[in-house]
Amino acid sequence: MTDRKEEPVTDADLHAWLDGELPDERRVAVERHLQADADAARRLAAYRDQRALMAKAFGPLIDRPLPDALKPPFGRRRPGWGGGRTWAALAVAASLLLFVAGGAAGWLARGWAEPTPTTTRAFVADAVTAHRVFVVEVRHPVEVGADQEEHLVTWLGKRLGKPLKAPRLSARGYDLVGGRLLADGGGPAAQLMYQDATGRRITLYIRPSSDPADTAFRFSRDGSVQAFYWRDNGLAWAVTGDLDRASLSGIAEEVYGALNS
Amino acid sequence: MQPDETMPAQEIDDRALAAHVPRLRRYAAALVGNMTEADDLVQDCMEKALANRHSLRDPSRLGGWLLSILHNLHVSGLRWRRRRGPEVDVADFADDMALSAPPADRGAVRDFVRAFEQLSEEHRKILLLTGLEGLSYREVAEVLEVPIGTVMSRLARARERLRVLMEGGEEQVLRRIK
Repeated sequence: MTDRKEEPVTDADLHAWLDGELPDERRVAVERHLQADADAARRLAAYRDQRALMAKAFGPLIDRPLPDALKPPFGRRRPGWGGGRTWAALAVAASLLLFVAGGAAGWLARGWAEPTPTTTRAFVADAVTAHRVFVVEVRHPVEVGADQEEHLVTWLGKRLGKPLKAPRLSARGYDLVGGRLLADGGGPAAQLMYQDATGRRITLYIRPSSDPADTAFRFSRDGSVQAFYWRDNGLAWAVTGDLDRASLSGIAEEVYGALNS
Repeated sequence: MQPDETMPAQEIDDRALAAHVPRLRRYAAALVGNMTEADDLVQDCMEKALANRHSLRDPSRLGGWLLSILHNLHVSGLRWRRRRGPEVDVADFADDMALSAPPADRGAVRDFVRAFEQLSEEHRKILLLTGLEGLSYREVAEVLEVPIGTVMSRLARARERLRVLMEGGEEQVLRRIK
C-alpha cells in the first residue's frame, strides 16, 4: 500500500478538500500545496465563491409558497380551470345550481348569515380601493393591455401562483381593457379591468387565498361602489363596479361560470 | 373512480412525497432555469413516483429515487421541447432569483445565475447535487449512475467552466437556446 501522504496533490484533491471529502491523511499535503501554489489557491477561492453564490441564488427557492398542484394528494388533479376540477369546485358549482333553482334571495341570505372574517373584509376593502384608484385613470388604466392578453394572464398567474384566465364578459357588454399587478397586505394581487361601450368600467380583483375552503357569493356595498366576492379553488375573487346589484350579480355569475367551464 | 382517500398506505406515500417537494422544486427550478417548467416537472415527478411507488424497495432512498425520476422526465421533456424549438429567457429567471437575495448580493446573484444557466445540463446537475443538495460524491454517483471517478472529474470540469464563464463577463450570457 502506498503512503498517500506523499503523493503529489491533484486537482481532484483540491475539489475533495472543498467538498469535505478529502481523507484526513491528505489534508496537510493539500493545505501545504495551496500555500505554495497561488494559482491553485485562487481557483479554489473562486470555486468556494461559486458555492456561496449558489446558496444565495437558489437557497431562498425552498421558502416559496407551493402551488396547489404541488400539494398532496398527488396524481389526481391537474392545474388549470378547464381540465381537472377539484371536488370542492364541483361542490360550489352544485351549490350554484341550487342558487339558480332556489332564487337569489335565499342564497344571498346564506352568505350574509355567515360571519365575515376580518381577512375577508380586508380583502373586499382592498378590491374596492383598487377599483376606485384605477377606474378613473384615463391614460394608464392598466399595465398590460388586452392586446397582450395571453402575456397578461400568464404573468399574473405566475405571480399569484395559480393559472389565471380573463373571463369573457362580452355577453354582458363588457370587454377586457387589460390588467395590472398590485400588492396588498396579503402579497401579490391582480386586477383585471373591463369596460362597456359607454366607458363604464368594472374590475376583477384576485389574490391567492390562504383558506382553501370555497365560499358562496357575498355582497358588499361601499357608497355607490358594490362588490360581489367569493373564494374558489384557492383564489379570492371580487367583482367590483358602480352599477346596480342585479347587473353586478349577473356579471359575477358570468365570471364564476367562465372560470369553471 | 376516485381512489379511497382514507387508505393508510396512500396517506403515508403522499406525506412522504410531500416532504420532498420543496427541495425537489428548488432543485428543478435551478436546473431548468424556469419556475413554471420546474413546477410542471415536479408535479409529473410526484405522479410518476406514486404510480411506481412499489418499485422503490428501500424507503430511505426516496430522495435519490425522486431525483432520478425527475432527471428522466426532464430528459424526455427536453427532447419534446427541442422539436418545437422555443427559447427560454434566462435573464428573467436570473432577475427573479436576484430579487430574493439580500440587496447587496443582487448583482452578484444575477450574474451567477446567468452564467450558471449557460452550463451544460450535465454540469448544472453535478454542481447542484454537490453544492446545493449537499450530496456526497458517493450519493451523487448513485443518483447519476456513474462511477465516483466520473463524479469527481465532471465536478472539476463544471467548476472550471463556470469560473471561466463568470470571469469572462456576462454580456454573452443572456440567453440559452434549448
